Amino acid sequence: MSEKVLMKGNEAFAEAVIRGGVRFYFGYPITPQSEIPEFMSRELPKRGGAFLQAESELGAINMAYGCGAAGGNGFISSSSPGIALMQEGMSFLCGAEVPVTLLNVSRGGPGIGSIQPGQADYNQVTRGGGNGDYRIPVFAPASIQEAVDILYEAPAIADRYRNPVMVLADGLMGQMMEPVTLPEAKHAFTSEEISTAKPWALSGSEKGTRSVVKSLRLQPEVLEQHVEHLFEKYAVMEKELERVECEGLEDAEVVFVAFGTMARLAKEAMELLEAQGIKAGMIRPISLWPYPYKAFDAISDKTKAVISVELSMGQMLQDINLGVKGRVPVKLIHRVGGMLPTSLEVVEKTKKILEEVR
Amino acid sequence: MATTKLFFAGSGGQGVLTMGQMLTYAAMYADMNATWLPSYGPEMRGGTANCTVVISPEKPVSCPLIYEADDVVVMNLPSLIKFESLVKPGGNLFVNSSMIEQKATRDDINVYYVPANDIAMQLGNARTANTVMLGALMSVSPVVPEAMVHKIMEKTFSGRKAHLLDINKTALHAWETRK
Repeated sequence: MSEKVLMKGNEAFAEAVIRGGVRFYFGYPITPQSEIPEFMSRELPKRGGAFLQAESELGAINMAYGCGAAGGNGFISSSSPGIALMQEGMSFLCGAEVPVTLLNVSRGGPGIGSIQPGQADYNQVTRGGGNGDYRIPVFAPASIQEAVDILYEAPAIADRYRNPVMVLADGLMGQMMEPVTLPEAKHAFTSEEISTAKPWALSGSEKGTRSVVKSLRLQPEVLEQHVEHLFEKYAVMEKELERVECEGLEDAEVVFVAFGTMARLAKEAMELLEAQGIKAGMIRPISLWPYPYKAFDAISDKTKAVISVELSMGQMLQDINLGVKGRVPVKLIHRVGGMLPTSLEVVEKTKKILEEVR
Repeated sequence: MATTKLFFAGSGGQGVLTMGQMLTYAAMYADMNATWLPSYGPEMRGGTANCTVVISPEKPVSCPLIYEADDVVVMNLPSLIKFESLVKPGGNLFVNSSMIEQKATRDDINVYYVPANDIAMQLGNARTANTVMLGALMSVSPVVPEAMVHKIMEKTFSGRKAHLLDINKTALHAWETRK
């Protein structure tokens, strides 16, 4: 096990994807994740890779499309409005089955919004803003160590399914520092290895067969077959990529549902409530798509309310309701615009909610 | 041992973010769990800066955000006005009395007036004011082992900065010695 190091979230994220095999970065600076392109511009050239600052977010995602089509392990990072600009590219990447690792260090919206932390990208990243039937797995880590572990694994997940993979962190995680253990660097594919590792890629090899990577399929029966194929793949992803952490559900009077930094806030609220004699549990979805609906089956008869703690107007409520299936009242504790609740605020609001539902 | 929540505030250039980082590094070297969270955004460009440090000796840090702090350091007047209320009852407030003439108003907390800049000037380097303050904090609230603070200082003040190591180690005890 290597030694623990203290790293700023954004720098740890960047180091983790490099160690996970990424050698190509495309991006455009945006707060609160600009340390990532800064880190990549310094590190990638030293490690046999390339850093490219695009002219815009649209340019960046399409460069990653080209890189992925040629078999390279590409990485894109941005923040909410920048991710919005990339949605067209994400649809194209899914249609053409091109693997890319994406990181969204989210901030307040709508529009250019604010640069402070936000989670109102939930619908954008789980439902997608691009056209057509497609899915992108989304992981929402709650600590820098968890983010490092997921980002390290993400390029391999993207390759395995030939699909983009997204990690959703919030601005707070990007800016904070926490001790982390970095995993050993994986071997990154050389150009020579790509033609065997990724036979579908446009690797320019002399293998004698023609590879085609595209999302255009003009014949309806061909496109229908292709979309059906994509959804067979997404069904496998739903089985294999679902991740969740549950705590104290058995005898919980109230169950929090939260992801990312808000899960840590809810965790502290649980401790404070427990000290006051109120037993709280938590469902922490780590994968936002596939969403861990089944975890909600473990909510006990003792539970009087399920509360989403979010930095949005309740974008996750729809998924929570699909999991709860009307068995327990579902409530919301939230702040938006870059404002952050305190754990004490969550405790007070939870007590009010419990009075209402009793 | 319980979790300790600390908060450092001042103006840009006073070393408030560094103070918090030093403690976070020291906590990590001591195999404790810790988080360091800075304020970020336009206020850091020429205005006030602050950071929150949470140190938990055994279990992982639940939450890097705080609603009250065990120890608060204020390096300038706007920070005193804004963050005196953050100290939890019975907690400690460290006021940089070289820069702040005003007194704290609460009587349910312990207030320590530390002339950090004056002590730093007497030591011969005005820029050690933040280390003087960190030392004052640690003498009252020994949240991390001093040896681990020395370890991060030895890493920070090496090479071109090696000549700053001794004065910083001295600065760490300067307020206590002066009392």
